Amino acid sequence: MPEQLVFAMEVFLNGLMAGVLYALVALGFVLIYKASGIFNFAQGVMALFAAMTLVGIQNGQIPFAPLINATLGTNAHFFGWNLPSAISLPLTVGVMILLAWAVQRFVFRHLVGQEPIILFMATIGLAYFLEGVADLMWGSEIKKLDFCLTAETCLPQGINLAIDEATYNWFGYGFFIDNLDITAAIVAVLLVGALVAFSQYTKHGRAMRAVADDHQAALSVGISLDFIWVLVWSVAGFVALVAGIMWGAKSGVQFSLSLIALKALPVLMLGGFTSIPGAIVGGLIIGVGEKLFEFAIGPMVGGATENWFAYVLALLFLVFRPQGLFGEKIIERV
Amino acid sequence: MDMLDAGGTEETVLEVNNIEVIYNHVILVLKGVSLSVPKGGITALLGGNGAGKTTTLKAISNLLHSERGEVTKGSITYRGKSTQGRDPADMVKAGVIQVMEGRHCFEHLTVEENLLTGAYTRGSSTADINRDLEMVYTYFPRLKERRRSQAGYTSGGEQQMVAIGRALMSRPETILLDEPSMGLAPQLVEQIFGIVKSLNENEGYTFLLAEQNTNVALRFAHYGYILESGRVVMDGPAAELRENPDVKEFYLGMSDEGRKSFRDVRSYRRRKRWLS
Repeated sequence: MPEQLVFAMEVFLNGLMAGVLYALVALGFVLIYKASGIFNFAQGVMALFAAMTLVGIQNGQIPFAPLINATLGTNAHFFGWNLPSAISLPLTVGVMILLAWAVQRFVFRHLVGQEPIILFMATIGLAYFLEGVADLMWGSEIKKLDFCLTAETCLPQGINLAIDEATYNWFGYGFFIDNLDITAAIVAVLLVGALVAFSQYTKHGRAMRAVADDHQAALSVGISLDFIWVLVWSVAGFVALVAGIMWGAKSGVQFSLSLIALKALPVLMLGGFTSIPGAIVGGLIIGVGEKLFEFAIGPMVGGATENWFAYVLALLFLVFRPQGLFGEKIIERV
Repeated sequence: MDMLDAGGTEETVLEVNNIEVIYNHVILVLKGVSLSVPKGGITALLGGNGAGKTTTLKAISNLLHSERGEVTKGSITYRGKSTQGRDPADMVKAGVIQVMEGRHCFEHLTVEENLLTGAYTRGSSTADINRDLEMVYTYFPRLKERRRSQAGYTSGGEQQMVAIGRALMSRPETILLDEPSMGLAPQLVEQIFGIVKSLNENEGYTFLLAEQNTNVALRFAHYGYILESGRVVMDGPAAELRENPDVKEFYLGMSDEGRKSFRDVRSYRRRKRWLS
């Protein structure tokens, strides 16, 4: 097999793995948009907030330490313990559920029935608010996310070596795929499976889809919108946590993490704002597309195409297929 | 005509007492509506566009709140308990469910999933729910054929059946049925009303029915109230209303004396009995 082709295949695989990470972020957007018609600009910041909370709890950081020290005149920053993932993860999930409740209770409950643009503006406000809270709570320095404190026991070390070896034997060329990307892919598949199972086969999942279709009718059969929206924001918070962990482990937990939301936008335009499979496929296409484009065309135009490829692709979709690949056709009957 | 004919027992389940409803703090829609619904009866709420039929139903089911409407005067009691301040879910649990005007099916859910959402407030077992599903399918065999199709792609008549079936899945006592005839062919209207009638007779459901189609509604209902601009202007057993000359002329479009002048319309307005 020619070297070029094999190398292209490796690029393709790496693209798929990167796409999974995009898809994870896009998924959070889709969930909230479907159920409440809110385009949640704060999804990226939620991922940041979740990752920071997880790291903070793991490291035994005292939340709001600067604030507490300033008022009490103390100088404490750490509780002095390290919590294992088994404790810090559920705690973080708890924090995200609390956040979901607060967002619903203090923001969106008061905006029921408002124009979509007003809801969107509210999420922008929420994004900045949350960013400020995250800063105040956990500080702004870049943190290392040790998902399990002892990374060797948690991430499937050696899988990349196995792949390298296996592909070397087949093609005479070893593929290199990052361990973290493999983990992310596995987690993403599990997450999507769980989400689909939840929304298709459980009573509350069905209610969630019902609310997405028709608020009034959902109310009329006794579904509580407040509860469903807290549920949706919790699920989106959980997805944000997963995305935050993956991105945080890859590039450190830092404030630029909130910008991954921007990378999710083209994914949504490609996949459609209302489709969970769309978010996945869109993420994969963008991931693969930008890697292959960089590989094939990049050298001709001086490289750095990854920065803009996704947006140009999204633009093309906006022009020729605005509902995206999997966007719901609007069913209209008289 | 005695009350026995007007809907089985004389026990009143739902009592609306002189309510006033205001939307958005300014728009007065109901100006004192009173009515009582006997258990096991079909009570019709008649009147033209904007008369306040839908608002009355929403005031009872408490769906009003989500549309920025408010009951500002009067009271509504269901089985002696005030409905004030209870949310719609609470009312569904208490046995009152509304089937909204214009069907409002969950378009992207299948027919069967739509029906299952009706059982949301129930803590019943799957076996129980499946039994009720079968009950709904016996009354609406058409839905069984279409159980796997997306509700958005079914016909208007089928959607109306879905909406009623969905309400039945909550095991209600009283169903507030809003404009079931809207947008349906006359034949389908007959069919739907026939099913409502048999649900009432065989299963004992109480219906409060808002309808513009006075003719059909008065044939199937036991008792009727006529609303005009937010007030009850007339009420009585359905058979009597059908024979009432004013109802005949203004709601059923039948007249013995040919065309009438506007002066006669005014005299009709004076003759009306104002309850509030």
